[in-house]
Amino acid sequence: MTRLNVLKTYKLYINGAFPRTESGRSMKVPAAKGAEVLAHICQGSRKDMRNAVEAARAAQPKWAGRTAYNRAQIMYRMAEMLEGKRDEFAEALKHSTGNTIAATRKEVDASIDRLVCFAGWADKYAQMLGCNNAVAGPYYNFTVPEPTGVIVVVCPDEPALLGLVSLLAPPMCAGNAVVVIASEKYSLPAAVFGEVCATSDVPAGVVNIITGKRAELLEHIANHRNVHAISAANMNKRDRATLRMGAAENVKRVSVIKRSADAWFDVDACESPWTIEPFVEMKTIWHPSAT
Amino acid sequence: MDTSAESRTQSTLINGEAESASEPVQWEYSPAPERAAVEIADRYDLFINGKFTAPKSRKHFATINPATEQVICEVAEAGKADVTAAVAAAKAAQPKWARLKPQERAKYMYRIARRIQERARELAIIESTDGGKPIRESRDVDVPLAAQHFFYHAGWCDKLRYAFPGAGRDPKPVGVCGQIIPWNFPLLMAAWKIAPALACGNTCVLKPAETTPLTALRLAEILEEVELPAGVVNIITGGPESGRALVEHNDVKKIAFTGSTEVGKLLAKMVADTDKRITLELGGKSPNIIFADASIDQAVEGIISGIYFNQGHVCCAGSRLLVEEGAVDIVVDKLTHRLQSLRVGDPLDKNTDIGAINSKAQLSTIHKYLEAGRNEGAALHEVNGQPLPRKGYWCRPCFFTGVQPSHVVAREEIFGPVLAVMSFRTPEEALERANNTPYGLAAGVWTDKGSKIFEIARRLDAGVVWCNTYNKFDAASPFGGFKESGFGREGGLQGLRAYLEL
Repeated sequence: MTRLNVLKTYKLYINGAFPRTESGRSMKVPAAKGAEVLAHICQGSRKDMRNAVEAARAAQPKWAGRTAYNRAQIMYRMAEMLEGKRDEFAEALKHSTGNTIAATRKEVDASIDRLVCFAGWADKYAQMLGCNNAVAGPYYNFTVPEPTGVIVVVCPDEPALLGLVSLLAPPMCAGNAVVVIASEKYSLPAAVFGEVCATSDVPAGVVNIITGKRAELLEHIANHRNVHAISAANMNKRDRATLRMGAAENVKRVSVIKRSADAWFDVDACESPWTIEPFVEMKTIWHPSAT
Repeated sequence: MDTSAESRTQSTLINGEAESASEPVQWEYSPAPERAAVEIADRYDLFINGKFTAPKSRKHFATINPATEQVICEVAEAGKADVTAAVAAAKAAQPKWARLKPQERAKYMYRIARRIQERARELAIIESTDGGKPIRESRDVDVPLAAQHFFYHAGWCDKLRYAFPGAGRDPKPVGVCGQIIPWNFPLLMAAWKIAPALACGNTCVLKPAETTPLTALRLAEILEEVELPAGVVNIITGGPESGRALVEHNDVKKIAFTGSTEVGKLLAKMVADTDKRITLELGGKSPNIIFADASIDQAVEGIISGIYFNQGHVCCAGSRLLVEEGAVDIVVDKLTHRLQSLRVGDPLDKNTDIGAINSKAQLSTIHKYLEAGRNEGAALHEVNGQPLPRKGYWCRPCFFTGVQPSHVVAREEIFGPVLAVMSFRTPEEALERANNTPYGLAAGVWTDKGSKIFEIARRLDAGVVWCNTYNKFDAASPFGGFKESGFGREGGLQGLRAYLEL
């Protein structure tokens, strides 16, 4: 007798826990090949979004207040946990996208390496982006980057895992809290990624992951007053305009990049400290200097 | 006696005389010899493609002296066709300007800086006449800083590839920049906008504010004098419609705006479905936090320069004073005393501390807020007894006590010489109150304790934090806000970012 699979229902990841969507809705995750259903996944609602933003907002000051060394170690721990789930992610990517196992392994490895890279940036990026300013007067004057606050990351469809990690890691290492809106097309890797965060000492609320229908959530993200910046990739012009129109209401920062599927593997472009810069605010501090 | 550099610098901003007077001193105003010396034409046209050009709109409007309500002269109102001509000139000039050997580009900018310095007196007089600010401020702050901005940025022209290490060896200009500036620091804002744009190889169309167009037009004369290539900078005067046409023009690749948060949001929406870049330097309601362990005399001078500098027409004005509970009485006493000695009146008088309010409209806005403050139950302290000139727009420096954080005068930007005084008990409460605003432009903190000052500075949501000082500016120091005070920086290394494609 053949054994019946245990079909897993993936839940949202909000405030360090895995709740079901308050809306009670779920979506099927179709396999790339055949009629098979890989899993079921929550169709997150606006209310879930709001809960995630609230959690992020509460967690952010404490995350930013940790030492950069501590943030670095936690992000390195994420890389360690992802390494431990290397095969699981490669399989999940293969079944969702239909890519070869060699290709999905390559993507997982690049994702692990990206986390290692940004773990390392946590206590260095400020040295790259900040500076001392020689003002014409008896003052000590310097500029330091500070985290913008709550960042919503709208993931590209491909590469599903590497895209998520590449957009998550830069704002996170700088002390921002992040709400990730998973790719609608390939949401499984994002759902599994919640388990990486949950087992890596990432404080509750620093990373939150919502799966669901992007079109339902987009305008709401754009309009939310407690979201301070939005990071998205490969967005069509209409969606980009939707984001920016709503963002204008509370002067959110919006970063929409274009990047081909291959370009996510380009270390120079994706691991530069300038990927962090859109999610920090430059603070300039003056103090008189005299005896 | 305190001889620190800080108090010396403060005294150049705010005249420290009459410390011993207990009653307001009724001095005769000195004659202002600067008054006669400057020639202003009856009518100015638009500066397009290196020439003063009559507007196709055929419209002109008057600019007045807010201290006398008299018309100074007429300036052109740029219509859509004029904006198109200006953008076309900037577009045509851009490739050549960008290709120019960087050090040659720099030399034009050094020339501009030098000519601003040489014509400083004239520029200061025009600035104070057109805008109402005290001559001491235009002479000692606005004009020298404008020159410094050109000088500082000139030096960047041939060093841009070192500015953002690892972000590309050869940063490229963005293209034509549309720049819209406010009326509070007319020449200085023009310099803040034009200098970084030119250094990065861009060309500009600049629209000065409706009520203060004259120094920008004088800057256009300087650009002619230094033989800046035609079209590299175009200066078009006009109102909101001229600004709208500029923002909407397809060939404008970057918008830089300084002004109100309301207009800034509107502009952000206007470019939402385009590829235009935008930077916004918007309003503020900046907290100035005084701890009881601060040097109180210096702090009071800092409060004065924080809120009454330029009649409070300053986006980063320290308009919310937060005083630690034990020090409230002494701070209010000293503030009251100090306010009595501030001289309100003729902007061209070197002894004037508070000049004219920039426009009738702004004066009525300020009055509306004074009324709102009183209606909500705060106590208005109008302790300055200076007689006001009969003509012109004037507002005596004043402050409110008994202010609740929910009061309109504690939440909204007044843009006038009006201070809201509140108290706090703990550093946590100070931070909570300071950050409880949608704005995040600037903040001040006063304490003699080093560890406290760093912790407070770190946790304030503000783009500029002045510790034991206030309202200091420099071309090398980035300026700009957090939250709804805008995004992007102006000045310093970080200020170049918005004008380059990396």
